[in-house]
Amino acid sequence: MAAPFDVAVIGAGVVGAAVARALSAFDLRTVLIEAGPDVGTGTSKANTAILHTGFDAAPGSMEARLVARGYALMSAYAAEVGIPVEQTGACLVAWNEDEVVQLPVIEEKAAANGCRGLRRLSGDELYAMEPHLGPGARAGLLIPGEGIVCPFTAPLAMATEAVVNGVELRLDSRVTSMESDGSIHVLGCGPDPIAARYVVNAAGLQADTIEGLFGRHRFRVRPRRGELIVYDKMARRLLSHVLLPVPTKTTKGVLVAPTVFGNVLLGPTATDVDDKEDRSTTREGLEYVLAKGGRVLPALVNEEVTATYAGLRAATESSDYQIHFDPVLRYLCLGGIRSTGLSASLGIAEHAVELLAGPLPMTLKRDRKKVRMPPVGEGMVRAYEDASLIARDPEYGRIVCHCERVTAGEIRDALRSPVPARGLEGLRRRTRCLQGRCQGFYCLGGLVSLVARETGRPAAAFLEALA
Amino acid sequence: MVIVGGGPAGLAAAAELRRRQVGRVLVLEREGEPGGIPRDCHHAGFGWPDLKRMMSGPAYARGCAARARAAGAEIWTESSATRWRGARTLQVTSPHGLFDVSGRAVLLATGCRERPRAARLVPGTRPAGVLTTGALQRIVHGARERAGRRAVVVGAEHVSYSAVHTLTASGTEVAAMITDLPRHQTYGPLAWLAAGRHGIPLLAQSELTRISGKGRVDGVEVTHRTTGATQSIACDTVVFTGDWIPDHELARAGGLAMDPGTRGPRVDASYRTSGPGVFAAGNLLHGAETAGIAALEGRASAAGIARFLADGAGWGAPVVPLSVTRPLVWISPNALGLPEAAPVDHPFVLRVAEFLRDETVDVRQGARILHRERFRALVPNRSIRLRGGWTRAVVADGGPVLISTASRPREGEAR
Ligand SMILES: Cc1cc2nc3c(=O)[nH]c(=O)nc-3n(C[C@H](O)[C@H](O)[C@H](O)COP(=O)(O)OP(=O)(O)OC[C@H]3O[C@@H](n4cnc5c(N)ncnc54)[C@H](O)[C@@H]3O)c2cc1C
Ligand SMILES: Cc1cc2nc3c(=O)[nH]c(=O)nc-3n(C[C@H](O)[C@H](O)[C@H](O)COP(=O)(O)OP(=O)(O)OC[C@H]3O[C@@H](n4cnc5c(N)ncnc54)[C@H](O)[C@@H]3O)c2cc1C
Repeated sequence: MAAPFDVAVIGAGVVGAAVARALSAFDLRTVLIEAGPDVGTGTSKANTAILHTGFDAAPGSMEARLVARGYALMSAYAAEVGIPVEQTGACLVAWNEDEVVQLPVIEEKAAANGCRGLRRLSGDELYAMEPHLGPGARAGLLIPGEGIVCPFTAPLAMATEAVVNGVELRLDSRVTSMESDGSIHVLGCGPDPIAARYVVNAAGLQADTIEGLFGRHRFRVRPRRGELIVYDKMARRLLSHVLLPVPTKTTKGVLVAPTVFGNVLLGPTATDVDDKEDRSTTREGLEYVLAKGGRVLPALVNEEVTATYAGLRAATESSDYQIHFDPVLRYLCLGGIRSTGLSASLGIAEHAVELLAGPLPMTLKRDRKKVRMPPVGEGMVRAYEDASLIARDPEYGRIVCHCERVTAGEIRDALRSPVPARGLEGLRRRTRCLQGRCQGFYCLGGLVSLVARETGRPAAAFLEALA
Repeated sequence: MVIVGGGPAGLAAAAELRRRQVGRVLVLEREGEPGGIPRDCHHAGFGWPDLKRMMSGPAYARGCAARARAAGAEIWTESSATRWRGARTLQVTSPHGLFDVSGRAVLLATGCRERPRAARLVPGTRPAGVLTTGALQRIVHGARERAGRRAVVVGAEHVSYSAVHTLTASGTEVAAMITDLPRHQTYGPLAWLAAGRHGIPLLAQSELTRISGKGRVDGVEVTHRTTGATQSIACDTVVFTGDWIPDHELARAGGLAMDPGTRGPRVDASYRTSGPGVFAAGNLLHGAETAGIAALEGRASAAGIARFLADGAGWGAPVVPLSVTRPLVWISPNALGLPEAAPVDHPFVLRVAEFLRDETVDVRQGARILHRERFRALVPNRSIRLRGGWTRAVVADGGPVLISTASRPREGEAR
């Protein structure tokens, strides 16, 4: 076996990728181990994509602290590397008297969380800001800091930065066993076991399984499914803020939110399920969110749907994050990152480094490579509308996915990037291709041929992989 | 003159505009080859309404492009109209650069697409192997791949049988066809070929209610609409056919008035939209008709366009909407601009929601019946052509024109 790594991070979701990126700044040998075929194929790709300020977290909780910190770090990082983020602000809408009386309570909570700038809105002010809101909105609360973020680019950017700075990325490697002599852990994951001095558990829904490998049983993950509907770009004009309901004790409720690709998201539901793999949508779930959406934004439900999907929150017995460090065991658990992990990821990673830095000596590297992600957000100048880019390389003027306006140049780049797309599914998350309204009606055949040509592999290989 | 979309409609309009001496006619086509959807339809069945000959899709597509070019139209391929930059100015993305093109008039002929699985809100997992006919044809004919081993086809209209043909001819068994209507909506011989020769069962009055499979589709659940009985069918491919939606994004982005029935831009019988100098034709107006009908519309639109280019007039006159009531679902064109730029002798296109026999369609304005036409059979998802000519009797101040069936003149408003 090769020399042991200093740190092995299990799980390349947004949390694991953030930790790997943070560690790549130090003179450590780090490996990022992922069971799936790509970075960010778990819960990190199927969520509501809100960049939360943490205004409504439980004050004093680990989650409250790390979401607030993560928010600040992500806002800066997104600008630096080109992760699409838009600070749209959110409007929390109260539809009845019971909800209206909740507004001051929420305001106080936000203040306790250090979230400032909230503003109470009268019904008239709400309708002036959101004229397509359904009838009956009584009052609202504006949270100007809330925003939206690209859930695909975020983990990819972090993993890319980690890889170009020396982190080894092992895909298709599921950790199934752990043996330890007290100082070196050997992780069984297929033909090549991985030895590491420290292990970080960022396995999302499987965090409890990894806990078990270390003889710990502090929590159990019970997946909580959230179903969502994505509307086409024509719906984007119907709202300018994230529209939130007043949360109840059990759920944050169904929201309507713009996306950084210029679509509109409606959802999610919240149903406890048993199967950690079952990301199917249900008739009941879709009907439930449709009914809610019809009330909040009646015109929305006449618009065309481009996708439906479900994500699984890694819920546990506790409402707070399950972050535990065992210095003697050399094991750090980052579990139970339930419904705010995208926002908190960089905060969690910073905290993880602080914890590890206690026993594990690390010094910052002298030179670190920066990354710049391709501009996929609607708020950016995309390749197809960048005259100088097209003049330099005509492939950026050759649109191959018309609905999302993805060019041959971007497909080529994604296939050749440091963390390359290995199939259509990976291309989808890197470039937006096939994410649009036609779902391949026009472009599937051409894309398959293009990818086959670029990679020298048979077209059939890509059709099999297409979801 | 700028035409967006080099399918049968756009190309027919281009040829006719040149024939009418319009100086410079430019067709913008985002694909590498002009011709539109027929390019990928490798079966006979094209050309009858417009050319009175039957030919394959690719041959028909080449013919459309050749006629436009021979007439002197310019066709720019790999040139996608990506944004409006003015009332009649479009931003174009192409490998040759990013630039704006302006016309004195613009014709939108961007076609239509099938609603994919997500748009139909079919629950279940999201495995590979779920396609539309459009994607299927491009995989089989473009990428030269077999779609799968065993497929279920959703729909039983003309295009559904094209899908069956493409699947069986390329070695994919078809396990079943599913329609929510009581029977198929295509020509007898096509349905017979599928049911008789290939032995494909047609599950009528049924809906696809679930897709299962991880990675790849492994089966579907089908539910009968009235009995609620469900059955599972094992398959590795699902093809969603029909259920058309106009490719109306550019039209909507341009702020054009839309027709709620067709979901395409509202046009009068001279194919004028609500935007001055902006015309529309082909499947953008109403979802899929045959290529021939789209081409005839393109050709018909040229008369109004040529007139507009000559005198700049035509907008600002009163527009009388045409509305339909159930069981009619839409009519196209769906307005009359008075006076029309040219006599409206070309037919209107209609759709019904259910099967009807020996039915009369009435056109009335207020109490006046302008036109009655008898049909032996009206079939949903199938093109119905209502004669023109009656439009001369429409008056500007007589209120909307209502089109309905004689047996149910006022049943419910159309959607
Ligand atoms: C419906 C829904 C809506 C949400 N909305 C938001 C939102 O708006 N804003 C927000 O900030 N957050 C939101 N979240 C939460 C956010 O998506 C998650 O907190 C975050 O993605 C968790 O990231 P993760 O890296 O912990 O988990 P994951 O992304 O699930 O990553 C875990 C990874 O570990 C891998 N893995 C598991 N076991 C092993 C093993 N044995 N060996 C190797 N690899 C393994 C998995 O394959 C997976 O890739 C939402 C979640 C859901 C479900
Ligand atoms: C599977 C299938 C089978 C069919 N079988 C038959 C048959 O057997 N017989 C028959 O007569 N008809 C058939 N049809 C119908 C026929 O193909 C259509 O009626 C016809 O193609 C419509 O012509 P169109 O010009 O309106 O649209 P399209 O053919 O769709 O052409 C629209 C063109 O506009 C281009 N375009 C769109 N947006 C832009 C933009 N922004 N910038 C630049 N270019 C743009 C598109 O690339 C496309 O080339 C079939 C259709 C399908 C899908």
